Amino acid sequence: MVDFNRFTLANGLRVLVHEDDTTPMAVLNILYDVGARDEEEDKTGFAHLFEHLMFGGSVNIPSYDEPLQRVGGENNAFTSNDITNYYITLPATNIETAFWLESDRMLSLAFSEKSLETQRNVVCEEFKQRYLNQPYGDVWLKLRPLAYQKHPYKWATIGQDLAQIENASMEDVKAFFYKHYNPQNAILVVGGNVKTEDVKILAEKWFAPIPAGNKYLRNLPKEPVQTTERKETVVANVPLNAFYMAFKMPARRDSTYQAYDLMADILSQGQSSRLYNSLLKEQQLFSDIHAYITSSMDEGLFIVEGKLSEGVAMEDAEAAVWAELTKISTEEVTETELTKVKNKSESIMVFAEMSLLDKAMNLAYYELLGDAQGLNTEIDKYLAVDAPKIHDAAKKTFVREQCSTLYYLTSENA
Amino acid sequence: MLDRTLIPESKQVDEINFISPKKQELDNGIKVFTVNAGKQELVRIELVFENVNWKESNPLQAIAVSHLINNGTKTLTAREIADKVDYYGAFLQTDYGADQSSIKVYTLNKHLGSVLPILWSVLNESIFPQQELDIFKQNQQQSLKVSLQKNDFIARKNFANAIFGNSAYGSNIEVEDYQAIQRDELTSYFSAAYKPENCTIFVAGKFEESEFDTLNAIFGKEWNNVDASVINHFSFDQSLTGEIFIERPDAVQSAIRMGMRSLNRTHTDFPGFQVMNCLLGGYFGSRLMSNIREDKGYTYGIGSAIVSMKDSGYFFIATEVGADVCANALVEIEKEIGLLKSELVADEELDLVRNYMLGSMLGSLENAFSHADKFKNIYFSGLNYDYYDNYIKTVKTITAEEMKVLANKYLNTEEFTSVIVGKK
Repeated sequence: MVDFNRFTLANGLRVLVHEDDTTPMAVLNILYDVGARDEEEDKTGFAHLFEHLMFGGSVNIPSYDEPLQRVGGENNAFTSNDITNYYITLPATNIETAFWLESDRMLSLAFSEKSLETQRNVVCEEFKQRYLNQPYGDVWLKLRPLAYQKHPYKWATIGQDLAQIENASMEDVKAFFYKHYNPQNAILVVGGNVKTEDVKILAEKWFAPIPAGNKYLRNLPKEPVQTTERKETVVANVPLNAFYMAFKMPARRDSTYQAYDLMADILSQGQSSRLYNSLLKEQQLFSDIHAYITSSMDEGLFIVEGKLSEGVAMEDAEAAVWAELTKISTEEVTETELTKVKNKSESIMVFAEMSLLDKAMNLAYYELLGDAQGLNTEIDKYLAVDAPKIHDAAKKTFVREQCSTLYYLTSENA
Repeated sequence: MLDRTLIPESKQVDEINFISPKKQELDNGIKVFTVNAGKQELVRIELVFENVNWKESNPLQAIAVSHLINNGTKTLTAREIADKVDYYGAFLQTDYGADQSSIKVYTLNKHLGSVLPILWSVLNESIFPQQELDIFKQNQQQSLKVSLQKNDFIARKNFANAIFGNSAYGSNIEVEDYQAIQRDELTSYFSAAYKPENCTIFVAGKFEESEFDTLNAIFGKEWNNVDASVINHFSFDQSLTGEIFIERPDAVQSAIRMGMRSLNRTHTDFPGFQVMNCLLGGYFGSRLMSNIREDKGYTYGIGSAIVSMKDSGYFFIATEVGADVCANALVEIEKEIGLLKSELVADEELDLVRNYMLGSMLGSLENAFSHADKFKNIYFSGLNYDYYDNYIKTVKTITAEEMKVLANKYLNTEEFTSVIVGKK
């Protein structure tokens, strides 16, 4: 159970406080309701590049990191297709420094040319390190546009290519800031050794004077229903053949979401899972096999990916995966399997309460979903899933006409 | 009117409280160290075994045992072990480290009594089925082939081998080493290493007397494994110094890893070295990050670290940089080391590092697990909590002069090994 108090400032900023006196630390987490899906098609990678620029100094504070480190704090951030999340951990006695820093960069950035120039380079190096200079590193750059044709999920958060990042201009940066970075589009969570009354005073002092700005109204193109199977083949200098199947699945807020999550667990969580035992251990077709979901705010993906054992034919490996997907679509899962994955989900949620930062991030995320209290009732939704619900989810999902498969072949097999 | 240019008042971290564990013994003499803390009804139990009987010709013996120990016992198949552990919502993890191997279970308290017997069977009755070994060998070879396409992996492997030779710290594992593993080597290692005399238990979470009794009833009796063993100790020849360049013509980035063997936690200079390391490359605001990422934009990240092991330690700097700027990055790294050796650190920068490190230490003591981990660090180095008192004192009081002395004493670039994988 993660307790919290909640209030909203006059400018629309939602504030949540989680008091935890077992730690001398505090966390300030701020979630902005903007991700790569909000980018324009010719300026992709921008939400993430912008996240880097948020550390390049704000209107009244030339350096973001230095004063924070000086009070014993650390920070980081991440960008996904849906959200951008910034967080600070620091000794609770110095919490006001976090308010000072975060409120100033919500107010306005320094917009320094030097910072833009450097971070363009840094992000290009990140692009190379994570997506280009790794075996199979560019899978998501290829798989997303195969699975999505209209919805902006068709590009990865890093962007479609290096050129779009290299071309980012200061005008773009400013426009993006004014469109998305304001109190109405943010959720602030303060957790740790703090008192709600003190947080209220600090929030009023530092965040209340920030103008409300304009509420960003999201209106994204809807992905049309996929009616034909899609396939693409990549040949690269990699040691093993692999493939990646993507099926559409409901959005995070859909009432059937938890059934999909548990279905992925039954297929692929740990060494007791179906795919691991059938395909890796018994048939020995794969050296690596996984199924998972993207948990996206809009229609997401159910992914099955595997690396083939040496000497196994692609057709055989693929047929074996389809046999498992057909099985879960035609026969209900057993009560034991279902209890197992539910118990595991319960455990994972309790263990997540060990970490202050995880608690703060989760509160912000569930508030974005509609209500932070959902964090504490989420487990009930998992416990309510029964075998017929998983059966329904499987039947709807694992259909060839709705599958996009990326084959990733070694140069020798080309 | 609020003046946003004024920094709010702040305090340096003053008090850092460590929870020292309660020490108990099981009936068979196994030491149990317990950090009983936290609100959640859960517990982590970790059984740690010293690595033993090192044979250079057989570098994967302990690693393979650690991987395969939960893949079948006299009474349970691999599938049954996994099914049971997952059914109770527990997590069973095996870890191989250069000095110790461990097996950890995370469970909700309500399932402790169901989970521990599975763990007992794993630690006493593992049979290492040939079929499981064959699958392991095949899949590990494939996974190694994938890793060998990664520049940073190649750099790490070659660097370790250059400074530590063919010891457990530096063993240069090849695909053929996996092919050579024999089943009887696993069973013999298992019965020599996984026995009470070689075991220490660390518990963290909610763990009262009744839970201890459950643990003692299952693990406090005689174990099956009894074979003789010698705990590993290593000494080292001269490192292979200088530059090792491994060309990868298609690389868009080059991986750099450089450094040398150095002191470990037991040495009095270790805390001072940690302060120096932090300043050079140990945090986001470090000199290497400020220069090579934030000023030049050559890389997504660069860092340095000092690593403590039982019989040695090492210092390294690691990064992946654009292939076209690799030479420039090397010059800048050299320059930053040179500055540490020739110029005194300004008070302002040193104070920043002090405050950052103290905050970071405070933040690293987040829950019962982290308190237990802090204890493990000192326990296996043969130290006590004086080590942390001294560490904190050093962070608060080390002077710029002392830092310069340390830099000249320990950062001798002419003794460095530098591995570059990619293009220069």
